[in-house]
Amino acid sequence: MQLNVNGTAREVDVQEDMPLLWVLRDVLGLPGTKFGCGMAQCGACTVHLEGEAVRSCVLPVSAVGNRMVTTIEGLSPDGSHPVQQAWAERDVVQCGYCQPGQIMQAAALLAHHPNPTDGEIDLAMAGNICRCGTYQRIREAVHRAAAQKRAEK
Amino acid sequence: MSALTRRELLAKSLLSGAGLFVAFHVPRKAGAVPEPAAKQLPDPNAFVRVAPDDSVTVLLAHSEMGQGIWTGLAMLIAEELECDWSKIRVEHAPAAPVYAHPAFGMQMTGGSTTTWSEFDRYRTAGAMARDMLVRAAAAQWKTDPKRLHTEKGYVVRGKQRLSYGQLAVAAQALTPPKKVQLKDRKDWKILGKPMRRLDSPEKITGKAQFGIDVRLPDLRTALVARSPVFGGKVKSFDAGKARQVKGVEQVVQVPTGVAVVATNFWSAKLGRDALQIDWDLGPGASLDTTRLLEDYRAQARTKGPVAAERGDADAALAAAARRVVAEYDVPYLAHATMEPMNCTVRLAAGRCEIWTGTQFQTMDQASAARITGLAPESVFIHTQFLGGGFGRRATPSSDFVSEAVHVAKAAGVPVKVVWTREDDMRGGYYRPLFLHRIEAGLDAKGRLSAWRHGIVGQSILTGTPFEPFMVKNGIDATSIEGVTESPYLEGVPARRVTLHSPRNPVPVLWWRSVGNTHTAFAMESMLDELAWAAEQDPLEFRAALLAEKPRHLRALKTAAQMAGFGKPAPAGRARGMAVHESFGSIVAQVAEVSVDEDKEIRVHRVSCAVDCGTAINPLGIEAQMQGAIAYGLSAALHGAVTLKDGRVEQSNFHDYRVLRMPEMPQVEVQVLESEAKMGGIGEPGAAPISAAVANAVYALTRQRLRSLPLRLA
Repeated sequence: MQLNVNGTAREVDVQEDMPLLWVLRDVLGLPGTKFGCGMAQCGACTVHLEGEAVRSCVLPVSAVGNRMVTTIEGLSPDGSHPVQQAWAERDVVQCGYCQPGQIMQAAALLAHHPNPTDGEIDLAMAGNICRCGTYQRIREAVHRAAAQKRAEK
Repeated sequence: MSALTRRELLAKSLLSGAGLFVAFHVPRKAGAVPEPAAKQLPDPNAFVRVAPDDSVTVLLAHSEMGQGIWTGLAMLIAEELECDWSKIRVEHAPAAPVYAHPAFGMQMTGGSTTTWSEFDRYRTAGAMARDMLVRAAAAQWKTDPKRLHTEKGYVVRGKQRLSYGQLAVAAQALTPPKKVQLKDRKDWKILGKPMRRLDSPEKITGKAQFGIDVRLPDLRTALVARSPVFGGKVKSFDAGKARQVKGVEQVVQVPTGVAVVATNFWSAKLGRDALQIDWDLGPGASLDTTRLLEDYRAQARTKGPVAAERGDADAALAAAARRVVAEYDVPYLAHATMEPMNCTVRLAAGRCEIWTGTQFQTMDQASAARITGLAPESVFIHTQFLGGGFGRRATPSSDFVSEAVHVAKAAGVPVKVVWTREDDMRGGYYRPLFLHRIEAGLDAKGRLSAWRHGIVGQSILTGTPFEPFMVKNGIDATSIEGVTESPYLEGVPARRVTLHSPRNPVPVLWWRSVGNTHTAFAMESMLDELAWAAEQDPLEFRAALLAEKPRHLRALKTAAQMAGFGKPAPAGRARGMAVHESFGSIVAQVAEVSVDEDKEIRVHRVSCAVDCGTAINPLGIEAQMQGAIAYGLSAALHGAVTLKDGRVEQSNFHDYRVLRMPEMPQVEVQVLESEAKMGGIGEPGAAPISAAVANAVYALTRQRLRSLPLRLA
């Protein structure tokens, strides 16, 4: 079947029930999207499907169709997305394993809510676990990214 | 192929990086592999490389697992080397004797020790490299090195400048200095300043490579079906259906179970699901944590090995004007690192290569050598970023590494063994279940006069290579840390601490702040109970006992002041405090809590003061305090691994809850520097939080919660 990943058409020969996560990681060589739980409980596998944040660990590849998949590798060519910039400025990451998922989730949030409150951020990010406990800086970085995006307009 | 010498090994590691690297090279007598000695200057080759492209590469003897040493150790080098911070790169070092922990003698990361233990070695390596670069410039300019100075990656004489890159090849030929003068603290330009992380760029773009991301030619993925009960063994298995799954190539038996080897994770998982295994479960099948806790309660009342004693605690208790008796218990806890356990192994041509995130390179190297029959020098460990460690990736048995070596050996192909979240959650190596029974006496003036304390819980160290020096007379140091040396007990005239260390098949391990996870909860909860019993202010009651402990007192008073302790809390909220010393640092926390209509405890604010002696990177310290509080709150509010019929009842994040974003309090951190010896930072912030929250809940509700996770009646 054919997939549209990060703006490129990719042909894959896999089982239909294989979750998108493992197609990205094991077949297409895009390991930035992480495996954390396998049951949509932790958010480490978050990617965008037509701009919406989805958990790729429970999404059978056959359900993707010709919809556009964006992974952390495709969010920006060089880490320049306002969310990534804010993450660097606020020094968010620790071990870093959950952060691709956190960043994809935050980027999707800001695409819909240019100026989220703390409560809206908490709600949108509640499905993304960070065991290092970077939540406070994530909250601050989302605000910073939102301000940056507004300033760019 | 014969075993490589350490020098060859280092050279190999250089080649595996960027091809054109030219490193300093210190000539060494052939065959000499000196053990690192405290008084001997470090080999600068091993820790820093300056390349002709002006890049400076710092080699990390320890593992980056989020705690920030990727940046912190680079700061130590950069301060003395005076290089350009933007040109610094960092790499994990290979496994080799030269990278042994200066205090522990083996290559490892743990015990919140990296920064203080490497403070001199990394600064010295930076200073030695600088000295060689300056001498190279002096030779080129035919001048006295003393007339030259360095700044931001250049050696400078008046208006003349030579970059470190231009000097790298010439410097390489020089003899390293016999001694160097390290900078005075007042001249520091980098140390003590808030520095952003050097690993951010790769971690925000998905480029950072964790163990689970390793890719190699012909690499296969394996999942292992392990016993549903700790200690169980495979009796027989039928792999017929598993082998029919598309992508499954092999099914092999290993000591821990049955491995399904496939071309990708998903096939390996479907194959494993299709296995039929008959297990010999063994005695572990009767384990039940409810009964275990009852047993522990009974044991706590019996006399056990004495860990600390002074005076006659029995007589003092009998004579006390007032007695307070309480039992505190904490459950088994999984570390639940975000990156599940995994390990990649390739066996070829007399070499065993391992790619993994590990905290225990030397142990893993020895384990792999034992299994393969190779010499340790033929085991090459390529440490990857760790997707969280918290102690789980430091197993004395090298559990996840040993198993992967067995799988690679049995399968005869390069293989990455990946654990699912369920495997990881049910795989053991938990923070042990512990019970504390404390009987304390107050005299007529409300002063602490007697303390009798029984601790019951599995020993982490018994049966490991650490036993000979960390278990003395049946007392595992990690079971009692935070109690026997508690500053509160120093002035108590009569006290006795005893320890029972029952055994069972559940594998236990250090979990961020180790024994302090439960001792701080028990001690600081009891102190609070005593303050209320004595009808004294919790701060003043503690302060009186800490009169001779200025660092504790300052931390506690600072946190109290930050929180507004003593002033009314916002409506519906109350505050609780705790202070605890661990890993050489003192952390005081005040938690502000409320209870919602579902009786769920909400922690709104935490005020945290930390005294770690010298602060190297305040920005990193703040992050570690915030993170440790979040980790500790997961245990305070949610975490518990329970067993019934020997089976772990939890499996994933839906039934082993951890702190999520909406529950994260606003954490305010104040770093208090002191003249004290530098302490650790990764773990100490996790210790006091559960007591601070429980004490706040008591202040709010007058319900004393003595079990973790905290649950209101």
